[in-house]
Amino acid sequence: MAMQTIKMPDVGEGVAEAEIVEWHVKVGDLVREDDVLTAVMTGKATVEIPSPVEGRISWIGPAIGDMVPVGTPILRIEHADEGEDHAGADEDIPALAPDAATERPAAAPQPAEAAPAPARMQTERPAPAAAAAPAARPVHTPGAPRAEGEKPLASPAVRLRAREAGVDLRQVPGTGPAGRITHEDIDLFLEQGPVAPAAAGRKADLSVKEIRMAGLRRRIAEQMSRSKSRIPHITYVDEVDMTALEELRAGMNRTLKPGRVKLTLLPFLMRAMVKAIADQPIFNALYDDEAGIIRQHGGVHIGIAAQTPSGLMVPVVRHAEARDIHDCAREVVRLSEAARTGTALREELSGSTITISSLGALGGIVSTPVINHPEVAIIGVNKMAIRPHWDGTQFVPRKMMNLSSSFDHRVIDGYDAATFVQRIKALLENPAMIFVED
Amino acid sequence: MKEIHCKLLVIGAGPGGYVAAIRAGQLGIDTVIVERARPGGTCLNIGCIPSKALIHAAEDFHAAVGRAGKPSPTGLSHGAPSLDFSATQAWKSGIVGRLTGGVAALLKKAGVKTVVGHARFRDGRTVAVETEIGTQVIHAENTIIATGSAPVELPVLPFGGNIISSTEALSLGAVPESLTVIGGGYIGVELGTAYAKLGARVTIVEAQPRILPLYDAALVRPVEKRLASLGVTLLTGTRIKGGSEDGLVTIEGTDGRPREIRADKVLVTVGRRPVTEGWGREELVLDMAGPFIRIDERCRTSMRGIYAIGDVTGEPMLAHRAMAQGEMVAELVAGRSRLFDKRVIPAVCFSSPEVVSAGLSPEEAKAAGYETVQGQFPFLANGRAMTLGSDDGFVRIVARADNHLVLGIQAVGEHVSELSAAFALAIEMGARLEDVAGTIHAHPTLSEAFPEAAMAALGHGLHM
Repeated sequence: MAMQTIKMPDVGEGVAEAEIVEWHVKVGDLVREDDVLTAVMTGKATVEIPSPVEGRISWIGPAIGDMVPVGTPILRIEHADEGEDHAGADEDIPALAPDAATERPAAAPQPAEAAPAPARMQTERPAPAAAAAPAARPVHTPGAPRAEGEKPLASPAVRLRAREAGVDLRQVPGTGPAGRITHEDIDLFLEQGPVAPAAAGRKADLSVKEIRMAGLRRRIAEQMSRSKSRIPHITYVDEVDMTALEELRAGMNRTLKPGRVKLTLLPFLMRAMVKAIADQPIFNALYDDEAGIIRQHGGVHIGIAAQTPSGLMVPVVRHAEARDIHDCAREVVRLSEAARTGTALREELSGSTITISSLGALGGIVSTPVINHPEVAIIGVNKMAIRPHWDGTQFVPRKMMNLSSSFDHRVIDGYDAATFVQRIKALLENPAMIFVED
Repeated sequence: MKEIHCKLLVIGAGPGGYVAAIRAGQLGIDTVIVERARPGGTCLNIGCIPSKALIHAAEDFHAAVGRAGKPSPTGLSHGAPSLDFSATQAWKSGIVGRLTGGVAALLKKAGVKTVVGHARFRDGRTVAVETEIGTQVIHAENTIIATGSAPVELPVLPFGGNIISSTEALSLGAVPESLTVIGGGYIGVELGTAYAKLGARVTIVEAQPRILPLYDAALVRPVEKRLASLGVTLLTGTRIKGGSEDGLVTIEGTDGRPREIRADKVLVTVGRRPVTEGWGREELVLDMAGPFIRIDERCRTSMRGIYAIGDVTGEPMLAHRAMAQGEMVAELVAGRSRLFDKRVIPAVCFSSPEVVSAGLSPEEAKAAGYETVQGQFPFLANGRAMTLGSDDGFVRIVARADNHLVLGIQAVGEHVSELSAAFALAIEMGARLEDVAGTIHAHPTLSEAFPEAAMAALGHGLHM
């Protein structure tokens, strides 16, 4: 028998460590070559690591959620290939995902004979089902079930204690011999309350489920903490009369050329942002607060915060300044689809310079969007609704929508923020201006 | 006489009543107990204790008679023994006196006020006690009725003359030459055996097909054997048709023909009835359960603030049941949360040999719907039983087949009454066969038969 150690592979991008998000095997499992062993996550992509050999899993190191440096042993497989010398393989860090690695550092030595297992690159997959940590305390599992009307079995001391604590022993599962109720069972009952009462009805649910923050959820948590702790947010809200834009949009959609995607509000907003950024380019910047450098970008790469089955993701429409409204629309549709189905490429999920946050029909009246660090601005779209509007002589029904936008107050002053939003508002309220080439 | 107001009044100072009063006193409850005779009730005065004294003396005497003038298995022999039965009675009375005096002292120590006299309810909160010095009125927030039980009289054979109850049988001035015992229950068998050992010619008449009908045939067989060796005549399946004060009893056997048997004394032990009259029950509105006062699992009667414990509340009429009830009620009155949730009330018959039963018999377990396993170990294979010169009997254990929970334990044999402690503890604690089999029992003792019976039930008896 030979032993092969699998180490955390270099998954490209020059990352130094990756997170274990899923184990597909456990100790003792038999695996065939190419069976998926584990999924590790870096940035926002998940990489599955296949087995290079057929054998039996003899050891698993890190737990789900652990951050593991590249090159650290994570698993050992016992296999029968005695003839082959796997000492070298043990030292090998299989190079994975060569196509996805854009700026790989000098690759780890890669013996020719150890054919690197084919890399499977994926974007975020659904997080492992509620990777609950092993319960520290036992939970009630109904002991030997008592027949209907059968008296609970307990020693006199346990009975007395239950009586004085107001515990109805008929409700307490007994874990002792012959279903005997022990002092420990009373402890647990007092702590956790009754389980699975036969009769329906309201009852206090005292359960606590531990869910390990792992995978995308942890990324989101880290990103949000970073944004909120580092960036002093200033949020500015104004309402926009969308009536004219909605008429225009409806007209354009009616006369859509074949092959073009239906226009939503987003492409109009994106184009309006491009125009506003042309006037105030500081809003399209990344603030490297550690280096003390603001990188004002020429290209407008607009992130669209989108809800996916596994959580919040931000696909990026690159170079919105170089796209017309139909191009923007097509790109939004393509990217949201890719994000939803988990087929978005890494570069499609990173590199934004400004972000739009929209919850569509759930947009509410006002929101306080969190800036996607290290960006300096985020435009939040609230829900559009017909509201009465005073036109100077009377109330008229208008399609009104609020924009709730947050800015990094270290970079942007309130006055400039207001100017920026007013500019977008003016463009949206007079949509012809969006199409005017300056 | 100045009226008394108290939180708890106990009527009757038998085992149930005095225990309730002592416990209440310990708990700081202002408690009064009323008793017309000496404290201790039937048990201490005219029941358990004096009968056990007589049974012991009778066995002593009988063993000596057995050895008199002839070689005995142990090599011990002596001349014919003599019995001063009045001295025996004095010894018995001394024991009773020590115990009742002890109870009185315990009541006093617990701060319980004792009123001697006959109590009678005026209403649910007021009791009038006829004392030697007049009527004492007592107002109580809570009252415990612990009036006990009395021997049942046969209408065709009323007490009087030579027709006696257990009370008189325990205080006879001399051993009768012949004794007819009507009723082969545990009291009749215990006393009949004692007087047979003391030299009386004893006939036991029982209406049921066998004596001790509460026990199964296997448990009773060693007792029947012993009675036969003592020369006791057993007339089972036999009814009493009549009799007279002088000791003549007309009986009718299974053949339907009447017969007359004559004896110096006729002891009627056909059962005990609850004392539900003579203390003003008619002034109350108590629900009854047959002849007994109906109680719930907290010994509460149908009237708020009135509890009932002991024999007046039903079977089994045993002192230790009454004591447990009394203790519980005192704690309830003290505001504690209590419930009579006992799994087992063991019962002992001080026959020869003794019989112990705790929990369900094999038949009862089956009737209760359990799939059972059982195991039995005979004292024939027990070293200590041999050294005691009495290897009759066995220990039997009944358990659930599915989880081996012990449901019942019975034993018959000399001195097995003391095994009742282990039996009751095992059942009350919810022991399984494996628990009993896995407990080291001291060698050489009769108790070794207990784990052996459990092992037998598990299919791996060691000494069988």
